[in-house]
Amino acid sequence: MNTFGDPNIWLPFVFAGLMGVSILIYVVLDGFDLGVGVLFPFADDDEKDRMIASIGPFWDANETWLVLAVGLLLVAFPAAHGDILTALYLPVAIMLIGLILRGVAFEFRAKAPAPHKDLWNNAFFAGSLMTSLSQGFMLGMYIMGLEWTWAHAAFGMLTAVFLTVGYSFIGATWVIHKTDEHLQRKAVDWAKGGIWGLVLGIGAISLATPFVSERIFDKWFSYPSFVYLSPLPILSGVLVVWLWWMLRRMPFHGDRWSWLPFFAATSLWVMAFGGMAYSFYPYVVPEQLTIYEAASAPESLFIILIGTCIVLPTIMGYTILAYTIFRGKATELRYD
Amino acid sequence: METLLLSRIQFAANISFHILFPTITIALGWVLLFFKLRYNRTGEERWMEAYRFWVKIFALSFAMGVVSGITMSFQFGTNWPGFMEKVGNIAGPLLAYEIMTAFFLEAVFLGIMLFGFSRVPNWLHTTATFLVAFGTMMSAFWIIVLNSWMHTPQGYEMIDGVAHATDWSAIIFNPSMPYRFAHMVLASFLTVSFLIAGVSAFRWLIGGRTEGVRVALKTAVFAAALLIPVQILVGDFHGLNTKEYQPAKVAAMEGNWETDTGVPLILFAIPDEEARENRFEIGIPKLASFILTHDWNGEVKGLNDFVTEDGEVLHPRVSPVFWSFRVMVGTGLLMLLVSWTASVMMLRKRRGVEGLPKPLMYVLVGMSFSGWLATLAGWYTTEIGRQPWLVQGVMTTKEAVADVPAPMVLSTLIAYLVVYALLLAAYIYVIFYLARKMSRGEEIGTRVAPSPAAQSRAVPAE
Repeated sequence: MNTFGDPNIWLPFVFAGLMGVSILIYVVLDGFDLGVGVLFPFADDDEKDRMIASIGPFWDANETWLVLAVGLLLVAFPAAHGDILTALYLPVAIMLIGLILRGVAFEFRAKAPAPHKDLWNNAFFAGSLMTSLSQGFMLGMYIMGLEWTWAHAAFGMLTAVFLTVGYSFIGATWVIHKTDEHLQRKAVDWAKGGIWGLVLGIGAISLATPFVSERIFDKWFSYPSFVYLSPLPILSGVLVVWLWWMLRRMPFHGDRWSWLPFFAATSLWVMAFGGMAYSFYPYVVPEQLTIYEAASAPESLFIILIGTCIVLPTIMGYTILAYTIFRGKATELRYD
Repeated sequence: METLLLSRIQFAANISFHILFPTITIALGWVLLFFKLRYNRTGEERWMEAYRFWVKIFALSFAMGVVSGITMSFQFGTNWPGFMEKVGNIAGPLLAYEIMTAFFLEAVFLGIMLFGFSRVPNWLHTTATFLVAFGTMMSAFWIIVLNSWMHTPQGYEMIDGVAHATDWSAIIFNPSMPYRFAHMVLASFLTVSFLIAGVSAFRWLIGGRTEGVRVALKTAVFAAALLIPVQILVGDFHGLNTKEYQPAKVAAMEGNWETDTGVPLILFAIPDEEARENRFEIGIPKLASFILTHDWNGEVKGLNDFVTEDGEVLHPRVSPVFWSFRVMVGTGLLMLLVSWTASVMMLRKRRGVEGLPKPLMYVLVGMSFSGWLATLAGWYTTEIGRQPWLVQGVMTTKEAVADVPAPMVLSTLIAYLVVYALLLAAYIYVIFYLARKMSRGEEIGTRVAPSPAAQSRAVPAE
């Protein structure tokens, strides 16, 4: 069997992989800054400033991963891009308006006159909430096969709430890492309050996915894949328990290990995402269109791949650079 | 209204709103680099003062550009799935390169450019400024390549109704690309020149007469005066190129219905689409022929040539193209007049900014956003001028539209319009608010209001 020697096979596969990685990086990176926005109403004015400062240098770049993910869907799987986005027309529009609101609120809240600041704080919160909820809703609809029925929409509402709480959880772990003293303790409390969203969310998706499609059910519960896959749920369970144990004792003496909850939350995300990717492969539109059917012509994909091979490592490199330069506790952001 | 028209209006609204901000960031990045390099070389604080003020406008514009740009990449799918299905093999890689080489370069180095001045070595900060400017320019390049290909497609073959690339260099260097790219980059520089001149004049008028304002105003006015003649020349070449490849568009721009020789240049007219003629026409005899063919009696194609035997109209609606073209040219000529007058007054007896009389300062303030007007009018001319085609001669706009219910499109359209109107108002308000604040001598160096503790720390240092 020499299927991967055929560019019609390996190119779509590589692009599906790239797209998956972009989505994963997006939900982790923008997840934490969306979560910080969702947590806004629980913070006082000073804390809001510090929370903004903790995500200030990153959010632009974080959001571009969404552009890359959707961009890859658009350029590598054009047919799927049309199908998925037309089916999700309304939630996409709500998400976009949310993204616009929070993106600009970021700039305006600092530059507009002080009396307007509350207005932009509210816009930042509302935008973050709209974005998180609509992404969660789209996730639910995607799992349900992009068909609009009341039951599916209800499931979408459920995942909307779970994903939003999940984002606020990872946002809280980011704040734990980037701040100290009172705000850090507050963030520990937020994380403790948000962990259920993560557990219920991952639980609901894990339970629902196999029952939507027999194909996915077989992929998970037939022998021997069941055995090979069992580390995934077991490890996730261990991580959740560990997170809970850790959060009850934080902050540790001398602020050691403040990055651990964020790291653990990210690992949890990665595993949940890996599980989903395994379930849906090789479909890009669930149960309708495979990545191979939806892919662009190989010669076009190849051109894109060349660029990707040059650009992606560079992006990774300077993403790390940016996070290194702005490492440590968030300080007040200055334009000098 | 039907889905097609609503979707078109929605896309036009989104892309019009979006283009406002890249138009500023493309050139402002280079202007900032110029300020930074002057500062590195001379060590004069005034260049850094100008840098610090305009980098904030850059940040604001950049954020507006990012968020409105994300909207664009989704709308291909939500409203125009047919586009990527048919020409995705060509549009895809171009869009991919736009996103990859540019977006990231800008977005990641932006953090260092904005907040890194005291955190990183000076050379790295300068490099970051350069990379952001370069990234913005590359972003514009790729998107202009794609847009130009939609106007003058080549280097592809159709297999089973889907375009496949055969020659990438032909696709990238398609006939209208060099003209369009030059025209757009110059438009961006002019937009920024007038924005800087206008806001600086505003600060000057309300009493913020610092050295930073002075150099910014001077740089902007001279840049505008130098670039506007170049832009008019490039625009002329672009028009000749369009005449060769998209004669229907030129016919609509000129309001010329019948193919004829010695065609007049129409200054004013009300094109009547039903009767297929102009009303209240005022024109200069033979001038259109001369401009387009460089011969007083040259032949110019008319719109009636683009109606098929069975009555199908293959040219755009005339009035929007005709009028937006005139708005663009009119604004350009006004820019020429104002920038040259201001330059002469500054050069005369070497009086500099003091040489500018108050009324001219008010004119400059009034023209702060004249670049936006001209740029939008120019894009309307070229984009509406391509209709009914989406990709000239390859697919019509109608073929690409998604079958989304019209009321749904209408509701999202209204939502976008409301958000955009509010944001635009806020954007302009904040620019002038920052200008007023600077003129009062208040510090706007912090993006995040410092805590009381930080403020008390800052006082002894000053």
